[in-house]
Amino acid sequence: MGRKILFVTTDQQRYDAIGCNGGMVARTPVIDALAAQGYRYERAQPQSVVCMPSRSTMLTGQHVSTHGVWMNGVALPVDAPSVAEVLHDAGYRTALIGKPHFEPFLDPFLRFTENRLSREPLSDGLTHRGFEHFEAATHGGQGMLHYARWLLANHPEAVGMFYPVLDGSLEVNALGGGETGAPQVWENAIPKEWYHTDWVADRTINWLDGLDADDDWFCWMSFPDPHHPWDPPKSELGRIDWRDVPLPEGYPQTAAEREAILDRKPRHWRAWYDGSLVSNYEAPADWVPATMTADHVREVNQRNAIECELIDEALGRVLAAIEARGWGDDVDIVFTTDHGEFQGDFGLLFKGPYHVDALMRLPLVWRPAPSSTPAPAAVTRPVGLVDLAPTFCAIAGLPVPEWMEGKPLPSSDTDADARGFERSLTEWDSVLFGVDVHLRTITRDGWVCTTYQAGHSHDGTEGELYSLADDPLQRVNLWDDPAYSSIRADLVADLWDHQPAMHQPLRRVEAPV
Amino acid sequence: MTLGSIRHQIRISRSADDVWARVRDAAGLHTWFPGLTDCQVDGKNRVIFLGSGMAMPEEILVSDDVQRRFQYRITAPIFRHHRGTIDVIELGDDECLVVYSTEADPRTMALTIAGGTAGALDELKRQMEEHH
Repeated sequence: MGRKILFVTTDQQRYDAIGCNGGMVARTPVIDALAAQGYRYERAQPQSVVCMPSRSTMLTGQHVSTHGVWMNGVALPVDAPSVAEVLHDAGYRTALIGKPHFEPFLDPFLRFTENRLSREPLSDGLTHRGFEHFEAATHGGQGMLHYARWLLANHPEAVGMFYPVLDGSLEVNALGGGETGAPQVWENAIPKEWYHTDWVADRTINWLDGLDADDDWFCWMSFPDPHHPWDPPKSELGRIDWRDVPLPEGYPQTAAEREAILDRKPRHWRAWYDGSLVSNYEAPADWVPATMTADHVREVNQRNAIECELIDEALGRVLAAIEARGWGDDVDIVFTTDHGEFQGDFGLLFKGPYHVDALMRLPLVWRPAPSSTPAPAAVTRPVGLVDLAPTFCAIAGLPVPEWMEGKPLPSSDTDADARGFERSLTEWDSVLFGVDVHLRTITRDGWVCTTYQAGHSHDGTEGELYSLADDPLQRVNLWDDPAYSSIRADLVADLWDHQPAMHQPLRRVEAPV
Repeated sequence: MTLGSIRHQIRISRSADDVWARVRDAAGLHTWFPGLTDCQVDGKNRVIFLGSGMAMPEEILVSDDVQRRFQYRITAPIFRHHRGTIDVIELGDDECLVVYSTEADPRTMALTIAGGTAGALDELKRQMEEHH
């Protein structure tokens, strides 16, 4: 009997959303306790700041260019490499419960397996991407995934209680709600017990209950929250008064300050803020960030924090179930997310082609099985989501397959230095209705450096360079400062030395998301 | 602007006439368009049935044997505008280019439909070249 693995992901959660990373709004005692017993990573970064590419990296252990899911709407082939398959082949029982998003959600032709599995369950002995059990959910009560079908079958009156994610034109909705009219904030009358966070935990517990005591297992429990829309159950809103939520440090409080900061960055930053350019499908096309008020930020962050608390409590229930099975000492728990969220930083919400900490610095906690007697540590060296799949192999005592590009996560800075954790790479490519944006970013030696390739708004000479120590909010772009030209040149050269080539032929965009 | 306009194309090693014979068969679209389960044609009206269970009414606008152009529009109310165009262009005795264009308002539907049309071109090529 080996070590079992509970892989817990959220969607679009910032580094500072949890207490152990200094978060002051949401109470997350369960995750904080795991961090205290294991490894807490202070510079964990995604290889993409949107869902499908980032989740594909988690599953494959490959950089975005290698697996080829270069933007949302590009499908990961069903026969792509998968760490779940490696573990299943080694005898692990495997499940994915919650949000997968390796294939597009907008799928009226039902071309994608992920969207068919609620109607055509896996036959005994078959797996999908290495998962023998697959129960999917996303952000609302409608659609083709298991949660939506469960809700429709059991609580049809609740299906329409969620925020309408898409508007009448099938664009990401800009509709505001709550007390401030903040975009994508909504009062959801659904009882907490029917909400997708509790459903994911319930289904996970149910799957674990069906396993034999001596089974080895890998369970990816994937919460759709705290990704927008911010529509947690109305019954929970009393946890936090939005008026008491402090404005984030990254939120410049005057328009003049916001505009001055944005004007020092490549032009698509300000263009989005002003509403003159929407480069990607991840933010509402009809929402203009410049219209966002401080109260909008407070209310968004209140709802977001409530969703984080619900996740923490749901995780606590799952851990209690694991303890009840007598597995507590033998389970590794890895907690992270796919990418971050602006939540008011720079006067922005949501996400897009913006490689700064709001979107790139992620919560990552690894609590190794207590039976392995880990020495708790905070790891400051850069690690990536590309390192997760190799970590799962290492936990299972399996060799890391050659096709994985990451390394098992380090247990300390000393370990990180010994094994060459020097840099993290993040990439962005998007093409949407004639607007293309291309970024490549390296994080190394306390610097974040982004190069821009030629596209709709850029001529290929632009870039961003920030010192994480001197400018933790990444407000002063040093790219064009001659005093930093040698650092910039060194980082750019190192980036291109390590950046994998893009998968060819380029995979096709199948849908907006 | 809410109009989306997307084009996909593919070269097929088969004569333009052979490929056009498949494309002009309005009732046979589901045999080479993955994700469609059936098509029913009544004069200029066609209903396509999607894998998700949706039925989508369409109007056939052009079926031009000289230009080898097939054009139709989806008339379901979710579309403010739709135009699907399939052109079969001769490149040689045994080779042609098939261009499948999608215009739609809302533009998001252009992306969603065009993902399907690209898969359809792949399947058309596979079938036409396999049975040659």
